[in-house]
Amino acid sequence: MRTTPLRADRERCIGAGMCALTAPEVFDQDPDDGRVLLLRADPPAAHRAAAQTAVGVCPSGAITFQEPEPSGS
Amino acid sequence: MNESLHTVTALPAARPADRPFDPPAELLDARRHGPISRYTHPGGRPGWLITGYDLVRSVLADPRFSSRRELMNVVDFELPPAPPGEFLLMDDPQHRRYRKPLAGRFTVRRMRLLAERIEQITAECLDAMEQTGPPADLVTAFAKPIPTIVICELLGVPYEDRGSFQEQIDTFMGGETSEEELMAAYTATQEYLAELVAAKRANPTDDVLSELTGTDLTDEELKGISLILLAAGFDTTANMLSLGTFALLRNPEQMAALRADPALTDGAVEELLRYLSVAKTFMRTALEDVELGGRTIEAGTTVVLSYHTANRDPERFADPDVLDLRRQDAGGHLAFSHGIHQCLGQQLARVEMRVAFRALVDRFPTLRLAVPAEEVRLRPETADIYGVKSLPVTWDKGES
Repeated sequence: MRTTPLRADRERCIGAGMCALTAPEVFDQDPDDGRVLLLRADPPAAHRAAAQTAVGVCPSGAITFQEPEPSGS
Repeated sequence: MNESLHTVTALPAARPADRPFDPPAELLDARRHGPISRYTHPGGRPGWLITGYDLVRSVLADPRFSSRRELMNVVDFELPPAPPGEFLLMDDPQHRRYRKPLAGRFTVRRMRLLAERIEQITAECLDAMEQTGPPADLVTAFAKPIPTIVICELLGVPYEDRGSFQEQIDTFMGGETSEEELMAAYTATQEYLAELVAAKRANPTDDVLSELTGTDLTDEELKGISLILLAAGFDTTANMLSLGTFALLRNPEQMAALRADPALTDGAVEELLRYLSVAKTFMRTALEDVELGGRTIEAGTTVVLSYHTANRDPERFADPDVLDLRRQDAGGHLAFSHGIHQCLGQQLARVEMRVAFRALVDRFPTLRLAVPAEEVRLRPETADIYGVKSLPVTWDKGES
């Protein structure tokens, strides 16, 4: 079974909103507690760079991104 | 490696007058020797000073470092634990219990919805400034009232209470008051907030504090939370607005670029946050022995994290001492901290700064200092939040 490249750990999340700020096409925040909502677990190429940046700026390390294996070599 | 260990015996009390935006030279010098230095806390306790970006960030993300006030090993007496609700000085799970009900009230989406109201408040401040000036003190006409009105409306502090309240917060954030004055201001604020919480519980209105009375938080806890939100909610943003304007006025080509291109506004705010880092230092205490940058931080030792030198680290930011509003990677700054304590109100602060800086540069194309730059009075390094005390500005009348 193929795993989804992007994952969000809502237990780690503190609701700072850095992901929703950085990649709003990919992440949103729960209106009740501010915690991460994953809109696209497998973001299209156009949003991958922003998703990667969001992973880097997340203050609690709550999101991880496994880049898809490059095809070919 | 020990022979290269740099030692800092005291944090400097002031910055050189000709470099008001740069971290004190002693701290920049410490970072040049390496990201971690030996340090003696003012109370005589041995500690560490961390000045490099990577190490500051890694400590902030590391649960082996505590924020609990009672563990701060900096003076020769024991500090009491944080009062209920003051979650900045707590670790999880206590910290999370307070932060969780608040986080949903400060989301990116909710804060963007406030933009229109913030534009209105900003326009009113600029109207008043235009009518009474030039000249004007940008601190009292612009930088302070905007975030004060916003956070008071958000929390539900009545309009007529704002003046006295702002004065008290100024007293305990300004860094120039005696211990007695500090305690008096703190006590007065505590008393005021206790009354406010009781009033919101009795007669809830449409604001965050009233909403929080519907949770399981006690009045004591709500008082502590309100103190943190109010103190953090306007002194920081107020100083970013005033010091940021000062920095823009001292970098006229950057000011002109911002004025010419509204698309630059969001990036300009991130770069000003990085460049100025008004929240300069925070502390953490090691809960166990931790290896850090080739050193062992012994359990129970307190480290000082220097955000402003981290944000000027040349290994992280190219030409770090240059204010460059077009910088692409400024968003990686630590001005709002990192880890579980990263600023709860950062999305509000961003909207406030984007709106306010934009409106200011649009309204006053000829804005300039009304005094020589070296006469602008700055806060001392002892203040928790750096900034300017007053910023006399002028402009050509009838231009707008």
